Amino acid sequence: MDPEQTQPADPTGPGQPPGGASLDVEGVSVTFPDASRPALDDVDLRVAAGEVVSLLGPSGCGKTTLLRVVAGLTTVDRGAVRLDGADLTGVPSHRRGVGLMFQDYALFPHRDVGGNVEFGLRMAGMGQKARVDRVAEVLELVGLPGWERRAVGPLSGGERQRVALARALAPSPRLLLLDEPLGALDRSLRDRLVPELGTLFRTLGLSVVHVTHDQTEALAIADRVVVMDHGVVVQDGPPVQVWARPASSLVARILGLPNIVDGPEGTELVRPDAVRVRPAAAGGNATVAALGVEGTGWSVTVVLDEGGRLQAHLPATELTPGDRVDVTVDPAGRRRL
Amino acid sequence: MTTAPQPRRWWRAALAVPPVAFLLVFFVWPVAAILLKGLRPDGAWDLSALGDVLTDPVIRRVAWFTLWQAVLSTALCVVAGLPGAALFARFRFAGKRFLWAALLVPFVLPTVVVGVALLGVIGPNGVSGVDLSGTLWAVLVAHVFFNYAVVVRTVGGAWSTVDPRLEEAARTLGASPWRAFREVTWPLLRPAVAAASSIVFLFTFTSFGVVLVVGGVRQRTLEVEIYDQTARFLHLDVAAALALVQLVVVVAALAWFGRTQRRRAVVLDQRPAAEVARRPRGWRERAFVGTNLLFMAALLGVPLAVLVVRSFDAPAGWGTGNYQALDTARRGSTSFVPPVEAITNSLLFALAATVVAVVLGGCAAWAVAGSGREPSPRWARWTDTALMVPLGTSAVTVGFGMFVAFGDPPLELRSSVWLVPLAHAVVAIPFVIRLLVPALRSIDPQLREAAGVLGASPWRVWREVDLPVVSRALAAAAGFAFAVSLGEFGATVFLARPERPTLPVAIYRFLGQPGPLNFGQAMALSVVLMALTVIVIMAIDRLRPIGSAEF
Repeated sequence: MDPEQTQPADPTGPGQPPGGASLDVEGVSVTFPDASRPALDDVDLRVAAGEVVSLLGPSGCGKTTLLRVVAGLTTVDRGAVRLDGADLTGVPSHRRGVGLMFQDYALFPHRDVGGNVEFGLRMAGMGQKARVDRVAEVLELVGLPGWERRAVGPLSGGERQRVALARALAPSPRLLLLDEPLGALDRSLRDRLVPELGTLFRTLGLSVVHVTHDQTEALAIADRVVVMDHGVVVQDGPPVQVWARPASSLVARILGLPNIVDGPEGTELVRPDAVRVRPAAAGGNATVAALGVEGTGWSVTVVLDEGGRLQAHLPATELTPGDRVDVTVDPAGRRRL
Repeated sequence: MTTAPQPRRWWRAALAVPPVAFLLVFFVWPVAAILLKGLRPDGAWDLSALGDVLTDPVIRRVAWFTLWQAVLSTALCVVAGLPGAALFARFRFAGKRFLWAALLVPFVLPTVVVGVALLGVIGPNGVSGVDLSGTLWAVLVAHVFFNYAVVVRTVGGAWSTVDPRLEEAARTLGASPWRAFREVTWPLLRPAVAAASSIVFLFTFTSFGVVLVVGGVRQRTLEVEIYDQTARFLHLDVAAALALVQLVVVVAALAWFGRTQRRRAVVLDQRPAAEVARRPRGWRERAFVGTNLLFMAALLGVPLAVLVVRSFDAPAGWGTGNYQALDTARRGSTSFVPPVEAITNSLLFALAATVVAVVLGGCAAWAVAGSGREPSPRWARWTDTALMVPLGTSAVTVGFGMFVAFGDPPLELRSSVWLVPLAHAVVAIPFVIRLLVPALRSIDPQLREAAGVLGASPWRVWREVDLPVVSRALAAAAGFAFAVSLGEFGATVFLARPERPTLPVAIYRFLGQPGPLNFGQAMALSVVLMALTVIVIMAIDRLRPIGSAEF
């Protein structure tokens, strides 16, 4: 094995990020030929230097297009993209210094792991010796030390994800764009990688735009969450605030929140921990439909006799599906949308 | 990764048997017959002609010219064809399907017709105003005109299966558009480029009719020399020696191409083409599409338009006179039958030749491609190379050889209508193999293993995985086979019975007769041949196994 590969990662090594850049997307619109409506319609997005922003939205809402616009892979009809204040209009993608990690990774099949990771360094004209060091360093960073000479074909999903991340990180981009980076991975692997990613971004001081549809992923990684639908931004704020106070029932649905109730006074959101469920030997006003594990407690889905379903979070329960129950809602847990 | 057990080796070898047997009977035997007639005229070996040929400075010059003009032509075809391949792989535009089929028109037109069409543009009094006839440039232009479709269709087909995001990933990592192409797309395209190059090289190395017409007396290839020695001077010994020299070069070139292709095969994620091609956006992309279409119009459209215009130039004045006269067998004409019958003959022969070529070529391709996990065994590589040889053998030799070999029992086929399609199949099989093998090698072996694990028998794996994935290549192969048969002239002219001429033979007969009506009718038949080609190729391009995505 090459002795360089066994050296520990050197935080002051060559190509260490100079810190993230700020991103300004202003009034960007994109319409594809043959499309009935714009893919992006007057979209604004601000990312401060070193900030991690998660983009959420249903598929086809324009998240990927927005990333491609920032990376310079899709040209805009209107609007501007600025990096650290400098207008990127007309700057081709290879001169933007923006890293993009594709949804299905797009690893080069004809190059091995090392060849993939060093690609950006070669494009930057870095010397052979420095490249070897940097590749080893980045592979160590993503937990694949010494994997340089492996072929990419037989890699597992999680390994591919790490190689793709290493490839995007290696040239020290000023801004890192991630398109559902963990989308193809299984739950337990995701649960392990999410905090790793969050820590990594903060350690490196990177500015990151991260597309996801996973709530826990966004909560764990993001400083701020931007929700998109049909090519427009529908909400923008810190994750805790977005989940606690979705701006509309649309946002609530996109976030996958339970208990969106259409009542006489409009649409309400009911917090699951505000739903009280008590067993009722006879009578009651609802029937238990399903039980699920939720963190350390239980989630109970009940079907109300008057119509509609509610989800309740309980620390413990002895209910089983089919049981009759009395359901009440704590008024403090209701919120008009 | 451990190597999977290989219970399939024996049936892969068995698959190679029918195509090899076919080529032994219908290629090796006739060629051997004609070579022996030259080199062993009276039952005793006489190799003096071979010695003379190898030392003759004139012949050596011809051989050297044949080689380097073929290399130059091949390089030019690749350079000219790559933008066109990118156009078809990456963009959607109006008339795409039609153009994809129309590209093959020059390829199937009889060489004499192509020569006439090109002289109408770059000959004396040509519409371009530049007279290149008799120069090397005319030969090169003619070869690009002829073989453009080979590069565009072969490489374009492969390009449409390369994920454009790979190139985009390279762009975001700091590669300029050119660098991204060179570092990512080009390495992935190399097997297809090698396949196309090998075909173009063989064609330009054995180029005959078109060199004869546009090259004049100064530009001579080995094939022209063989034809002259066979048909004009009846020096069968010299012709046989020349054919032998040609064969040696062809086999050497094929062996070299075969090696490069094996070294460079990469397993690709196959992507449906519809997902990859899109409408052009922005002025750069529109300019790219526009420039490409203009180039195709200038290279292919203008000479063909000259043909069409001339077909309406009848002795009785402008109009359809040349076409109306096609259904009568005129007295004084060399056609014994109404020329329209040549259309039926050509279509039937082409259909038969395509079926034979696709079945036998398919067997050979699956036999030599291997299953991806293991390198191809040595026998498979040699079979692969051997099956390509007919493509690089002089059609004159094959045709005359078949005429000689099948004149007597045990295979007395000279008077059979089957001899023509069988001869066409000999030339078409290499196309089928060249187009199928790269597609088969690019199938991820995991796909087959996945199907097997899901309960598919080897036969079902073949039907559910191999066939759908290579369906596009298969359609292209069938198209090429059909086109090759429609346009084949050099061998057919020896083999077609007088009352069953094919379209190129009928055109040739008209061109050989004096008089404006004969010339006009040759043009009219050429236009019919063009139209047939477009229709048939478009139909074949649409033909795919039911329920499969468009790969």
